[in-house]
Amino acid sequence: MTGKRLWSLLAVALGGLYFLLPLAGMVDFSMRMKRGEYSFEAYRIVLTDPQFQHTFLYSVGLALLTIVIGILIVVPTAYFVRLKLPGLRPVIEFITLLPLVIPPIVIVFGYIRIYNTSSILPLTGSWWGTNILLLFGYATLALPYMYRSVDTGLRTIDIGSLTEAAQSLGAGWARILTVVILPNVFVSVMSGAFLTFAIVIGEYVFAALLNVNSFGPYMVWMGGNRAYEPSALAVVAFAITWACMGLMQLFTRFSKFSTARR
Amino acid sequence: MAFLDINHLQKSFGELRVVKDFILGIEKGEFVSFLGPSGCGKTTVLRMVAGFETPTSGAIRIDGQDVTGLPANRRKIGMVFQAYALFPNLTVADNIGFGLKVAGEGKADIARRVAEMLELIGLPQLGGRYPFQLSGGQQQRVALARALAPRPQVLLLDEPLSALDAKIRVSLREEIRRIQQDLGITTIFVTHDQEEALSISDRIVVMHQGVADQVGAPFDIYNRPATRFVAEFVGTLNLVDADVVEAVSGRVRLGDVPVALNRPLSARAGERISLALRPETVALGRAEGHDVILSGRIADVHFLGSVIRIRVAVGDQLLSLDTFNQPDRPPPAVGAAVEVSICDRDLLVLAA
Repeated sequence: MTGKRLWSLLAVALGGLYFLLPLAGMVDFSMRMKRGEYSFEAYRIVLTDPQFQHTFLYSVGLALLTIVIGILIVVPTAYFVRLKLPGLRPVIEFITLLPLVIPPIVIVFGYIRIYNTSSILPLTGSWWGTNILLLFGYATLALPYMYRSVDTGLRTIDIGSLTEAAQSLGAGWARILTVVILPNVFVSVMSGAFLTFAIVIGEYVFAALLNVNSFGPYMVWMGGNRAYEPSALAVVAFAITWACMGLMQLFTRFSKFSTARR
Repeated sequence: MAFLDINHLQKSFGELRVVKDFILGIEKGEFVSFLGPSGCGKTTVLRMVAGFETPTSGAIRIDGQDVTGLPANRRKIGMVFQAYALFPNLTVADNIGFGLKVAGEGKADIARRVAEMLELIGLPQLGGRYPFQLSGGQQQRVALARALAPRPQVLLLDEPLSALDAKIRVSLREEIRRIQQDLGITTIFVTHDQEEALSISDRIVVMHQGVADQVGAPFDIYNRPATRFVAEFVGTLNLVDADVVEAVSGRVRLGDVPVALNRPLSARAGERISLALRPETVALGRAEGHDVILSGRIADVHFLGSVIRIRVAVGDQLLSLDTFNQPDRPPPAVGAAVEVSICDRDLLVLAA
């Protein structure tokens, strides 16, 4: 083994330890709820807690709706910008990056000021309104990830020729978008979707300040009131995020007509 | 009125006028090629016919109907692209059936037509494959079938052979012509390859700087080019300087050799003009019927397989000539003194 290779392996091992040791500690701690033995008791308590089930399902529903809204906003926008207004790309990219620059707490305070009960559009005054506000807030948070994923996907196909080919065969815009463009950037859309899912499922600031009982605030509440369960919950949350990442990889690799195999 | 009538078409992108007063009538079932170098406006005209570009002025009529303002998806035009543009997410059969599905045809009718098209392009067994599983030539065949499946009024081919290798290009262009003749579909074929245009077209439109320099049958375009550009662009050409002796009768002098062109010249006596002649009309040695004999030296010899291209220095001018390869007669050595002969009828007087 050459010296260079040894150093590389050492660097990877150190990086791995830095990442894995706290996780291992957390898993270890989460399994020590029963004195003197390893058990999944903390996991059992968390998973059977009705609050967990309620908040988790609520956040899953919210995440799925956020993905749908993200797709509806981002796919047509990225497509038309690439096809008809390429000069606008830097502007759109800047706009989509704003949620990374502006802290969520600033955005949600803005929402509360604009949509409070004494405003023209008192969304915070009702359950539906608050949920809609939360949904659009999450769509905004997910914008940088969704836009970049879709835009990267669009770059890999010749959207100009595909659009013109479909037009010459009589297709209108709706059919072109749904039958030709969307399936061809599906892998990218799924990447954006899984990232969105991972962000929304654990989001705290928006939900807490809008007083919505979702999975994020539940995790924080659990962390402040219990000992072993928060670690179990954190492991569960990690597992969900990793499952999303794994599914992203699977979709990319095994897509029937993915760019990699073309 | 012609089946496809392009009338005073103009297109500008900002200050740049890409197409200038383009006029052309194409009869039903005709195969017309737009030939010209990059940037001459041939693809822009095609894209205006397809509906992908809006003309700055002028009109396009198909079968008497003005389609100038009609969106591309309502023109009933089939288009084949240089980069195939097959839908990667659809199988070959679904690609071919796409236009029929859009038109709202029934499943059975679509399946029947798709099978018919696959048979037409000679790929009946590949309906279930995806585009990435096909070769370039197969993909372009599928693109052709897809364009033809909805029975378009006009077929537009935008440099469809450019991305293919030489052998497939030749076989596919013959196949395109066969299919076009079988179906009798009005076709516009855009290319910058003169051999392609000459070999498969009923008529060729040679385009230069946004205008049609000459429209004619391949034989006329090659043998009777109307402008200097057409003569230079289509085929290889020798340009030789000659001094006008008498303009009315068309007598000139090539170096010291008098030549009777037997046609009136616009230049005056004493002026220098350019004459053009094709390499295949120049013979090495004295050939029968060739009355102009010039002496020179072999400048270089290019062996091209069946044809040998020889360049002969005659005075201060270089003359290219083509001879067929004959295994028992090797080409002359570079530097050898030779005579070349030409027929004065083959000398072309070019308009500027």
